[in-house]
Amino acid sequence: MSLQGPIATHRMRTGIPTGRLAVWWVLASEIFIFGGLIMCFLLFKFNNAPGFEDADMTSTAAGAFNTFVLLTSSLSIVLAHAAAEKGDIQASFRYIWFTIGGGLVFLLVKTYEYSSKIYGGITLTENVFWSFYFTATGLHALHVIGGMVIMGMISFDVRKNHNLQRVELIGLYWHFVDIVWIFLFPILYIANF
Amino acid sequence: MSEAHAHPNYIKIWFWLLILLAISVAGPMLEIPWVTVVTAFGIAAVKTFMVAAKFMHLQFEKKIIWYLLIICVTFLGVFYFGVAADIMNSSGQQWKDCIADNTCIEQRL
Repeated sequence: MSLQGPIATHRMRTGIPTGRLAVWWVLASEIFIFGGLIMCFLLFKFNNAPGFEDADMTSTAAGAFNTFVLLTSSLSIVLAHAAAEKGDIQASFRYIWFTIGGGLVFLLVKTYEYSSKIYGGITLTENVFWSFYFTATGLHALHVIGGMVIMGMISFDVRKNHNLQRVELIGLYWHFVDIVWIFLFPILYIANF
Repeated sequence: MSEAHAHPNYIKIWFWLLILLAISVAGPMLEIPWVTVVTAFGIAAVKTFMVAAKFMHLQFEKKIIWYLLIICVTFLGVFYFGVAADIMNSSGQQWKDCIADNTCIEQRL
């Protein structure tokens, strides 16, 4: 087994580093997952399915704060990438953990929202709107958790000055998670149209 | 490591993203439908483009990535519009209101 890491790290056939191409493929497939979910939401909404007036019951302040948190964490992960490119591994490590902290804050706010809804008797099976709400935000939260775990793993490699190119790759994934939330926020928290 | 290119001013981009966020939250408070659509959804599209172009460096990426993403979004549109005409229809010989009609659920169970 090679001790130098995956073969893909050291070659490219398309002019794009293989790891980066692979991450873009993953993000392209995720477009179908979240895009499909959002499209189904819109189909039900435009078909006047009952329950969509419950969008009033979601906390716009919590959603807006979470959007701010994710935008800020997107900034920190791209600064981590810029620092890694310059060879400033200490700064890159700190920025990565700042991003992980942002993810944690996001999850804490989501936990508060979920618990307040569930204690109020609103669950996944309440109506179509809440099914979408819990499914879409739950799936998104799972992606946030996965991103945080991978960022943690990459950070320890960065501290050893190994595989610095992976900071950009996890950054791409994290920006996508942010973009998904940018679309989920208006349709689940604001949409009274 | 990625190919060398100048990094944009990320903090300035983040600042503008926050301004757009504030507008997208304030706009719907006016409760005017077209303002809600423009501010909430239009600004979401602008923010998405800014994050993709500036943070994800899509503006520096090779065209193959653009083609990949455009094809995916196009297919998403095909899947949506391909079925929407049928699903959005609320009449017809075989049509049942499965949301209001519990017999649909009982049949499936």
